[in-house]
Amino acid sequence: MKYAFSFLAVIALILIAGLGSQIPGMHYLFGVAIPYLAIMLFVGGFVYRIIQWAKSPVPFSIPTTCGQAASLDFIKQDKLDCPTKTSEVVARMFLEVFLFRSLFRNTKSEIHDGPKLTYESSKWLWVFGLLFHYSFLVIVIRHMRLFIEPIPRWLTAIEGVDAMLQIGAPTLYLSSITLLIGLLFLFARRLMNRQVRYISLNNDYFPLVLIFAIAVTGILMRYFLRTDIDIINIKNLAMGLVTFSPVIGAKIGAIFYIHLFLVSILLAYFPFSKLMHMGGVFMSPTRNMANDSRAKRHINPWNDPNIKPHSYAGYEDEFREFMVEAGIPVEKELPAAKDEV
Amino acid sequence: MYNKGTIIPGLIIFVLFVTFPIWFNGFKAGTPPKPELPPGGEKKCVESVEYMRANHMQLLDEWRDNVLRDGNRSVVTVEGKDYRKGLQMACMQCHSNKEKFCDSCHTYAAVNPYCWDCHLSPKEAASKEETR
Repeated sequence: MKYAFSFLAVIALILIAGLGSQIPGMHYLFGVAIPYLAIMLFVGGFVYRIIQWAKSPVPFSIPTTCGQAASLDFIKQDKLDCPTKTSEVVARMFLEVFLFRSLFRNTKSEIHDGPKLTYESSKWLWVFGLLFHYSFLVIVIRHMRLFIEPIPRWLTAIEGVDAMLQIGAPTLYLSSITLLIGLLFLFARRLMNRQVRYISLNNDYFPLVLIFAIAVTGILMRYFLRTDIDIINIKNLAMGLVTFSPVIGAKIGAIFYIHLFLVSILLAYFPFSKLMHMGGVFMSPTRNMANDSRAKRHINPWNDPNIKPHSYAGYEDEFREFMVEAGIPVEKELPAAKDEV
Repeated sequence: MYNKGTIIPGLIIFVLFVTFPIWFNGFKAGTPPKPELPPGGEKKCVESVEYMRANHMQLLDEWRDNVLRDGNRSVVTVEGKDYRKGLQMACMQCHSNKEKFCDSCHTYAAVNPYCWDCHLSPKEAASKEETR
């Protein structure tokens, strides 16, 4: 029941925002102060985490190689899976970030009678992972219509494609549905897959439940609980926030404050959680290094410059006498003693 | 800090992305639109102002389904006044200026209702009359 805590936490957050925003005078706390605080924590925390990571040395050259390394001329190199040049690394990273290429290789292992261990390709995580991430991206881009004025044409175009089925009014966005489907899969996977369930922690469940609650409150606000949801007021508040002159003109429904509060919590929580994989994917040495350790020496930044290299020849020079005495074979014999001549 | 050459530009790009609305607007919040009240001075609508502000699109969608899909053209009577279900037949009788009424908010909120795929604004309808 590890996931129960995440549900309780999100329900508590919903109650705080739902009830708190109804207290007279608390609008500015939930509509202005908390969003500002959250975005500052998000940007500050994100930059802090990246700098902390950038300060950690990479002692070894550890790119994961998944194909033929550069070798003799007549052996074809797998340039994407075993890059040796920066340009190849960039191409590999691009596909990793935009298409989750390493997740595409995901396999499922099972034990059958025999006992026999089998591995088979499992693409579901990749498919629903892509669906979830791209839906989320489209949703974030779509929300920019509340933060900018005048609205550029590309934004209207993205929104038009997202609402192209013209279902209902306000028109149904496809990304709202695909986001929920993606989230449900990712959550169900943590419950159903025994191995994943065993290693899942609260900090795996909480972001899923939180994002789910954000999506559901957004959908409720847009299609169902429309009392006091006047988009003009909301955009006026959002424009005020990004121009540092926030005003809350008319009354806005509680569902809006719940949605905004949950988003603020997500932003504030982001830099201190697993969600930092957004920045971390660029910082991962197994992906962002070229497999060129035979062409270029990788110097460990931790090396103490006072410790000089000590070759075997030097070592033998230092200890030859003792080695001969102990009967250890040496490459160069001791010089013949003078008194024996 | 290692790899400053790539990490610092990366962080700058990240911050620019996150603060996109701040520099895109250039600190100008713009003014929220004030839709024009009916030029004829009409004060009553089929529902209250608050309801219409929040739910007019759902009401219109319902009317559209009633009329076009169910063939139900029954008249809506509010406080003794009859309204025929329709954008041009009811709404635009009073709110006759599409540009100053509908479009003022829709442009601000980037809403592109497909009403006008079929309907004509009174101005357009008048110009069609002339050409015919």
